[in-house]
This record gives sequence, structure tokens and C-alpha cells, in this order.
Amino acid sequence: MSNDKLKVPTMEQCMAEGRQPEILFWVGSAGSFDDRAKKISRAFVKILNKANVDFAVLGTEESCTGDVAKRAGNEFLFQMQALMNIEILNGYEIKKIVTCDPHSFNCLKNEYPGLGGTYEVIHHTQFIQNLMASGKLNVTGSLYKGKRITFHDPCYLGRANNEYNAPREVLQKTTAEIVEMKRHKRTALCCGAGGAQMFKEPEKGDKDVNVLRTEDALSTAPNIIATGCPYCITMMTDGVKNKEKEDTVKVMDIAEIIAAAIEQ
Amino acid sequence: MDYLSNILFAIILIAGIGFFIKNVLRLSRNIKLGKDVVVNDNKPQRLKNMAKIALGQTKMVVRPIAGFLHIIVYVGFIIINLEVLEIIIDGLFGTHRIFAFLGNSYNFLIGSFEILAVLVIVAVVIFWIRRNIIRIKRFIKPEMNGWPKNDGNLILYIEFVLMALFLTMNAADYQLQLLDAPHYTKAGAFPASQFIASLFSNMSMSSLIIVERTAWWLHIVGILFFLNYLYYSKHLHILLAFPNTYYGSVEPKGKLNNLEAITKEVKLMMDPSADPYAAPEENPEEDTPEKFGASDVQDLNWVQLLNAYTCTECGRCTSSCPANLTGKKLSPRKIMMDTRDRLEEVGKNIDANKGVFVDDGKQLLGDYITKEELWACTTCNACVEECPVSISPLSIIQDMRRYLVMEQSAAPVELNNMMSNIENNGAPWPYNQMDRLNWVEE
Repeated sequence: MSNDKLKVPTMEQCMAEGRQPEILFWVGSAGSFDDRAKKISRAFVKILNKANVDFAVLGTEESCTGDVAKRAGNEFLFQMQALMNIEILNGYEIKKIVTCDPHSFNCLKNEYPGLGGTYEVIHHTQFIQNLMASGKLNVTGSLYKGKRITFHDPCYLGRANNEYNAPREVLQKTTAEIVEMKRHKRTALCCGAGGAQMFKEPEKGDKDVNVLRTEDALSTAPNIIATGCPYCITMMTDGVKNKEKEDTVKVMDIAEIIAAAIEQ
Repeated sequence: MDYLSNILFAIILIAGIGFFIKNVLRLSRNIKLGKDVVVNDNKPQRLKNMAKIALGQTKMVVRPIAGFLHIIVYVGFIIINLEVLEIIIDGLFGTHRIFAFLGNSYNFLIGSFEILAVLVIVAVVIFWIRRNIIRIKRFIKPEMNGWPKNDGNLILYIEFVLMALFLTMNAADYQLQLLDAPHYTKAGAFPASQFIASLFSNMSMSSLIIVERTAWWLHIVGILFFLNYLYYSKHLHILLAFPNTYYGSVEPKGKLNNLEAITKEVKLMMDPSADPYAAPEENPEEDTPEKFGASDVQDLNWVQLLNAYTCTECGRCTSSCPANLTGKKLSPRKIMMDTRDRLEEVGKNIDANKGVFVDDGKQLLGDYITKEELWACTTCNACVEECPVSISPLSIIQDMRRYLVMEQSAAPVELNNMMSNIENNGAPWPYNQMDRLNWVEE
């Protein structure tokens, strides 16, 4: 990866400079704190910087969307988080938000409007697709030539919000061979992290969901398992380790795949 | 003497329909035990969903074999039931094949009914083989033991018998027409039953009349029986699929409702100008604080209860559930079946206690659905996506989780840790909010 310093302005700085950025990058708790997901945040910022996108982050003013509390059943905590965040977002007159986390994406897009926070919310795979379509971002070189990539649909991007094509179109641009798992798009199997499962031990069963999903992915004989969700990344990475395939199969976010390609 | 059969017919018909109406009233009373929720948004989309999903069977054919066979039975059933109109008129007025005057169109109709009847028989036999010989996995899950399994087979037997009676009736009728029997109008085309008719070729006219009349009576009595069997069966979906697809969600699947009662409280909590010691406003309607989430069927809304009655126990949800696929106890189909069973129990309780529910010491949570099932859900929406009649088992799971967490503080320990992290430092992990931007420098 290049050592160019990332340019990540905060809303506070923009406000002090008297300018309004075009879009807010909602980093999310995973993107801010989870070691693996932080790499996705950095990769996505590399793309934003490369395409000269006028963006900002909330930085220390950002707080958990409350999504995971809501799914766990704690509507109180969710609404407290949501109302606090909405106060800040509306205070900065945010109109457009992009995020790498499908759970934040779903929550901001579908559940915040009812509480007074209405924004145009975009998932980073959609944003990258748009950058490519408008010619602001070009993937050249042959980093992925001859590689097989399979895409694991995050539930909260796919089934929950009907976005199946953006990540696939982005992957097409890498000239890699895209191979589909038997269960994909509408019928994609969950990685096992949703609904607050990420934060607890699974119930008694005969297998872990992430292992089953990893088997789905490995049966396509991929070089890379791609996805678009920090939680899916964790679950699939663990699954690949469980199958002792970490030396031959990488688990990567779409942003990482594209960031590596444009850095060549 | 002749009028006797007409009167008997009228009595059976009125009893059959009367009993059916009674069941419909009971059904609607039970569904209304659920909380009120206004569903009147986006009517054009709702009508479109009903037309596509219920009438057009678009979700059935996602699984092509079952979908194709189901369409045969569905189309066959609807179309052959046109014949019931004629049967009712004939039965009441002692006529025979009253619509015969339609001529060629009538022949065409009867001919198509026969072909459909044969196709239905073939489909029903394949369905039976799938359930009992091949034993497709989703039909043999634990929640299918006992009545649900028998119900599934019973429906197939009834359909088989009704179709067989229809063809037998036509075969005998055809043979009588050939014999120039009085009263047996020469009408209809019998592409299928003519083969059965050849078996009757040595029978006397009076025996043929007995066969024809027996089949005719059993067919119509069978249909009336089936109509009243619906309420006790998963077969209720043939009626409820229509309202259920209409009232099903038209929002993105990921959208979970925000509880308004909570919004009020949270806003009050966060309002710095609110006086915490102020006397609560006098409002008789708010005497009993609202219960958060659901522990019993009355806490669910009426759409969720309609969902439960609509479920046809096909198990597509369960066969795609990540928790179920990995051996966990959760089965989305069982969530729906439990909800219906408990609702029936509550309904019977109300009937037995002159219209009021008397606490029976039971509830949906614990006595039917366990915590272990609820906590195994990944909220992935696979069950919702799969359901061919727009049921959401997930919405019931979510409401029951809400009860567990907000009324009972009964979340798994790890989730309590996660939630206190969010409360204390705005992230599900124990990191300081002030460190939120550190990822840039690393």
C-alpha cells in the first residue's frame, strides 16, 4: 500500500473553514475500532482521495448508529443513539451519506427518517460504482487478471435493500473472473453475524453459520472472497481460517480490492 | 317426493355455508385480538403485490417443481369450482346440467375441467410422494410431527377424492347420455372420463343413475366439508394469501419499525427543558403504560396474527434459515405455527369464558417459543424473502426480543456488555469515543 497520507477532513474543520462538503463518510463503529475494518476505512478513503471526492467525517462526534441495539431488541438505546446522531447530522445540514457498513447503511436509510433524520444514504459499493461510471475512477492494470473472485452478498445490502448489482459491476471492472456461489443474491446465506450475533456466542447447533457460508464460497475455488461488510469480513476470515485456507484464499472488501488496483 | 332431495340439498348447503361464516367470524375476531396498526400506505403497490404474489403465484415458481405443480392444483381448483355454481343451481332446482344451453362453450368448459382434474390428480400424487416417499427435508422437521403432517396429507387425499368423484360423476353421466336416459341432457365433452365410462358399459341404467347421483352428492358434500375444514388447517392459505399479500410490507425488508411510545419517552429524557418532577399529564388512556415488545399473541399486531393464520407450513423459510441449516433450534415456520396455535388457544379461552380472556398462566413466550430460538436469529431476512405469501416471521422474533430486553432485561450476557458499551462510549466495543478518528493515523 502506498504511504501517501490520507486526507480525512472532519465536519468540524469544514465548518470552521466555512464550507460544506458534498458527502459525509459515515465510518461506523467497526470501521473506527475493529482492526480489520479500519483497513477497509483506509482503503475507501484512498479511493475517495484518488477520485478527489469532497467528503468529510464526523470523527469524534460520530457515535454508534444504534442498529445492533435495535436488532437485539433494545429500542430505547437505539432511539437514544439515533436522536443524538440526528441532532449532529442535522446540525451540520448533512444531505448525503456514504458508509462501508451495510448495517449502518440500512439503519440510516430506513430507520432514521422516522425519527427526523432524512438523508440520501449510499453504500460504498454503490458509490464506487458511480465514481467508475462517471469516469472519476479508473481501474487499470492487471492485478486481478486470471484471478477468481466470488462475492458474498451482505444481508443488509442484498435482501434488506435489494442491492445486488453495484458490487458485482465494480468487481467486473477489475477484469477478474467473477464466480457465483450456488446461494447468491436473493438466496445468499448469511455470514452469521447479523442480528447482534456478532457480539455473542452462537446457540447450540451442529455447525457455525460462518463455516457453512465459507464452504459455499470455497466450493467456487476462489482466489478472493469479496464482500462489502466489515462483519461479513470477520466471519468469512474466521471461516477460511477454520478451513485452513488462509494461505490461498483472501477475504477482502470491495474497497480494498479497488484501492489495491488503483495504486498499482 | 322429488322435492325431498332439493330440500335436503338446500339444508346441507345452508348448513355448510352457515358453519363457514361462523368460522370466518371467529377467525376475524381472533385476528382482531392483535394490536391495531394502520396499513393504508401505497395502495397501488399493495394491489400489485396481491395480483402478482397471490393471484400470479410469482413466488411459488422460485422453486420450479413445487411451483409448477402448485399452479396446476391452484388453477385446477379455481376453474373446476366454476362447476360448483352449476351443481348448486341443479341441486336447488332439480335441474340437470343447467348450463348445457351454452352449447359448444359448455362442452369446452366441461372438457377443460376434466383435463384439469386429471392434471390435479397427477400433481397431488407427486406432492404425496414428495412428502411421504422422497421425504423432502423441509417436510419432516420436528414441528411437522403429528397434526401438521396429517393435515398436509389429508388435504391431498381430499383433493384426490374430490377430483375422482368429479370424473366418476361425469363418466356415469356420459354413459347415461349414450343410453338416452331421460333427464340426462346430452351435453359436455368427456376427454378423460370417457375412459372410466367404458368400465360402466355393462351396467344397467338404474345402477348408472345410482353411481352418478352418489358421485354428484359426495362431490358437493365433499366441497362443503373442505370449505369448513379450512379453518382447522394450513389450507386456510387459499383464502388468506390474498389479504396477507396485500397487507404485507411494501418497505425495504431491512426496515424495522420504530416504536413510537419509546420515541416520546426518549425525547422527554433528552429534552433539557423537561421537568423530571412534573406531574404526569392527566390522560385516562395512558393509565396503563404500554408494554414494550411481545410476550403473547395479544401484544402482536393484527397483521402478524393474519400472517400466522396464512402460513401454509411449506417450510421454505426454515429450509433457508441460516440458524436452522446449522442445527439450531430456531425454525421460522415453527414461530408462525406456534403463534397460530397460541392464538387458537386464546380464542377458545375467550369462547369458553363468555367473551373475556381468563389468564391461563400461559403465554407465547416460554410456553411455545423459547428464548433459545429467538436469540438464534441473525435477522438475515432469508425467511421473509422465501415466503411465497409475504409472511414475516422476523417481525415476530424482533418483537419478542424487544420484550425480553426491555421488559425483562433478559438479553444474553454478552449482548448486555455490548449494549452497556454503546451506552457508555457510543460503540459496541469498549473504546473511547475520543479515539474514533485514530484509524486515519495507523
